[in-house]
Amino acid sequence: MSNISTTMKNKFWLSLVAVLALGTATTLFFQQKKAQASPAGYPIGATVADFKLQNVNGTTVSLSNYKDKKGVIVVFTCNHCPFAKAYEERIMGLDKKYASQNFPVVAINSNDGADYEEDSFDNMKKRASEKGYSFPYLQDATQAVAKAFGATRTPHVFILRNDGGKFTVQYIGTIDDNYQDPGSVTKRYVEDAVNNILTGKPVVVTQTKAVGCAIGWKDA
Amino acid sequence: MKKISWVLALGFFIGQNGVWGQQVTMVKWPDVQKILTQKSDTTYIVNFWATWCKPCIAELPSFEQIQQNYKGQNVRVLLISMDFAKELKTRVIPFINQRKIRSRVWLLNEPDANSWIDKVSSEWSGAIPATLIVNNYKNKKVFFEQKLEYSRLVKELTDFL
Repeated sequence: MSNISTTMKNKFWLSLVAVLALGTATTLFFQQKKAQASPAGYPIGATVADFKLQNVNGTTVSLSNYKDKKGVIVVFTCNHCPFAKAYEERIMGLDKKYASQNFPVVAINSNDGADYEEDSFDNMKKRASEKGYSFPYLQDATQAVAKAFGATRTPHVFILRNDGGKFTVQYIGTIDDNYQDPGSVTKRYVEDAVNNILTGKPVVVTQTKAVGCAIGWKDA
Repeated sequence: MKKISWVLALGFFIGQNGVWGQQVTMVKWPDVQKILTQKSDTTYIVNFWATWCKPCIAELPSFEQIQQNYKGQNVRVLLISMDFAKELKTRVIPFINQRKIRSRVWLLNEPDANSWIDKVSSEWSGAIPATLIVNNYKNKKVFFEQKLEYSRLVKELTDFL
């Protein structure tokens, strides 16, 4: 009996590895094909491929580290962009509010430090410690994660729900409806979406747009 | 003595407001909508930019050149700044004066961008720089979410003239 289950387990792992490898190969293939075009990225409902990025505290962070969470608020952001700066406190607020409810923030900077010195890894470390980020601030040095997601600007939010170990995209867009003044916000898109997910309800507004700083692609 | 202080005052005034005298108008979405839907045979090049956006700044001279070289051909350049409204006087106007920008400059103070981005173009994700070339009389419209070179603008404009 135990032999059979071991073989089955092995088979399972083997096919999992095969599927992952195929997935990665396909992704790479498509990414290369449209290196110049704006990346399509994950649509609503898509399962997100795991990633592994360098955190400002010297560790590496993967999506798989969040398997025991209900979901993750992924924010593509950076240091230099005034829109990102305007939202910084609000991003910190989201983590304060939702990390304790098993729905933390993961911030990713995909900008090339060569474009804006302010966005270098050293300056990311500085910013995170000065501001006391309670969440990881990851560097997407190859920009592969931004391209896989279809992130085009900062800040750009993707809310992922943990569906039994698979992370699926439930919301793509902006944090709220007023980048200039947090006091004049009337629609809190990210909070509404996370609140719905936490109470087992579908997200009502799944996609919004916002003005943001273009992520500077290395190959552009 | 009095004369000197007048000269100083004048100098200060010019320094503050710029000799260039270029106006930057703070607008709301309906103002932009009017331009995007106007029916005369005028080709509008509407560029969304900001003073702190490097690729935007890099392409500004191309738009200025177009504005200059296509004056007689019903081509208008409109630079719409996405700078924050509170920085109009401290940042945007000094920038425009310093660079002697001749194209028309607006600052769009409409923070709920989700309500109007798709009206510029459904192809626009919201990242800047972004440029729309539109001529409603000829029923032509083309949109770019990228930095544009002068030669590219010229090439695109041939379709509109």
